[in-house]
Amino acid sequence: MVLDSEPRTAVDVTGETGTQSFQFQPQNALKAPAGPEVREEPGDVALRAEHVHAYYGQKLAVGDVSMEIYARKITALIGPSGCGKSTYIRCFNRMHEFTPHARVEGHIYLEGTDIYDPNVDATRVRQRIGMVFQKPNPFPTMSIEQNVAAGLRFTNIRNRSEIRDRVETALKQAALWDEVKGDLKKPGIALSGGQQQRLCIARAIAVEPEVVLMDEPCSALDPIATLKIEDLMYGLAERFTIVIVTHNLQQAARVSDWTGFMLAGEDGVGRLVEYRPTQDMFTNPREDRTEAYITGRFG
Amino acid sequence: MAGLAQERGRTSLVNRVRIGDWIFTALVSAAAAVVLLIIVGLFYELITRSWPAVTHNGIDFIWATEWNPPREVFNAGTFIVGTVVTSVAALVIATAIGVLVAIYLVEIAPPMVARPVSFMVELLAAIPSVVFGLWGVFVLGVFIRDDFGPRFVDVFGFIPFFDGTPLITGLLSAVLILATMILPTVMAVSRDVIAAVPRSQREGIVALGATRWEMIQLTVLPYARSGVLGAAILGLARAVGETLAVTLVIGNRVGIPHTIFDPAYTMASAIANQFTEVENDMHRASLLEVALLLLIITFLINVAARLLVWRVTGGQRVSVVE
Repeated sequence: MVLDSEPRTAVDVTGETGTQSFQFQPQNALKAPAGPEVREEPGDVALRAEHVHAYYGQKLAVGDVSMEIYARKITALIGPSGCGKSTYIRCFNRMHEFTPHARVEGHIYLEGTDIYDPNVDATRVRQRIGMVFQKPNPFPTMSIEQNVAAGLRFTNIRNRSEIRDRVETALKQAALWDEVKGDLKKPGIALSGGQQQRLCIARAIAVEPEVVLMDEPCSALDPIATLKIEDLMYGLAERFTIVIVTHNLQQAARVSDWTGFMLAGEDGVGRLVEYRPTQDMFTNPREDRTEAYITGRFG
Repeated sequence: MAGLAQERGRTSLVNRVRIGDWIFTALVSAAAAVVLLIIVGLFYELITRSWPAVTHNGIDFIWATEWNPPREVFNAGTFIVGTVVTSVAALVIATAIGVLVAIYLVEIAPPMVARPVSFMVELLAAIPSVVFGLWGVFVLGVFIRDDFGPRFVDVFGFIPFFDGTPLITGLLSAVLILATMILPTVMAVSRDVIAAVPRSQREGIVALGATRWEMIQLTVLPYARSGVLGAAILGLARAVGETLAVTLVIGNRVGIPHTIFDPAYTMASAIANQFTEVENDMHRASLLEVALLLLIITFLINVAARLLVWRVTGGQRVSVVE
């Protein structure tokens, strides 16, 4: 899928720009450590973040985080409140800059194109990197069907039957189809909280992005609704790269393939402490701070 | 027991006579009752005093157009048409501009610009009605008669309602003055309901790839629409009741206007204009009947508007400039 915007050189993923970023290996990019304990193959890189700094005005919230997000894997970002994990995930689809006075320094490559390149259109980035928010936010004036199809308005898909197919597929992938197939014309806010969140997932994947970012998607849901979302994530990971921010360690352990642990230093700046395959991280953390956090000694 | 408590410096548990509380409660209740009494009294007085006219004029009062005090024929059709036409036209203009300004202030302008602009638009609401009226006669009216009107008729005169002879006073002057006067109300309420659209709604659509304009169009305005409608109706209530400025610029002629330049009459301006020179008791009662009608209309409009605005902002108080 190619972003069909004007500055093609900046976003074209098939051109020579693709090779350039794969050659680029910053020294402190946290890569999978080589060794027998790695049970998870890194695989293709979907997103490569290099020296990302996120600011709110003058205040640095996320400092120099570099990591690779692997394609069709579930990557969890964990850490105590205020560690910058939500701020950081919002850098991946340029949502951070939507907050007044917020800005980002650094580079994030999507298939070789820096999404922070001045020629890149942020709205195009967001079509390829979808997002699900902490609180379900269906559009109250739209029906279930219109909610799922909302993002398709910004694509060149105009054909009614194609839109219907996309809506159905997205709702099936979000494990909501069977519950709403008779009520597609009903308002999206008539659904329960868990259903609303799955509706928002369907809305995010209907435009078929490569990456779906989930910012604490279950924090407003009850345990049963949470389990349903976790279940559908496995299915989604077959098609999409998923990055999930969660404050629930069990959730990170259950659903993710890779886990990044973030922690704010005494200066209040969030940094990435450790980034490893989830199983390694939880059974054999390398950093004392990680071990302290996952064993519940703080946070 | 009491002795022991006093010995230890404790507060007695025995009920005290709280005369201060009682007086305070009575005072605030009375104040609230006065407000209610004023409304009830107003309705009562209007109904009893206009009752002779209500029975004399019959139901024709609402649509027939003849208003002839010497012959004791009183029908408010002209005034109602004048009020409806000027208010609705002013409302359309004020809503269009007010909503655009509100969008600009909330979504686009940096705070450094938004605050002074907001303040200036609200300042419009503080300008006395008579100043608007005088400005309407001496500046706007003259401009319409000498410059705008003739050119407008040259170009659009072939369209019905857009021909005629531009004068200083007339329907168009009244509409434009009214639109200016209700703009602050529409703008301020629209601004508040647009600002009340949750951030999660904006982020939801932006995360799907919407531009700023698409965000406003697809989520902000739909979410705020009933509140904006409420803002418009609040403006309508103001336009319907506005008296002095309209009386000065509308021309005050009984008869249905045929073009936008014709003089007309509104319910409020009829009362203001004729009350000091009533020709007979039926004339006075008929003017009171017009007043009763006006009161009922504005009352209903206000209730509807507040319900709408209240629903959108989730019960929060909205600053309304009046």
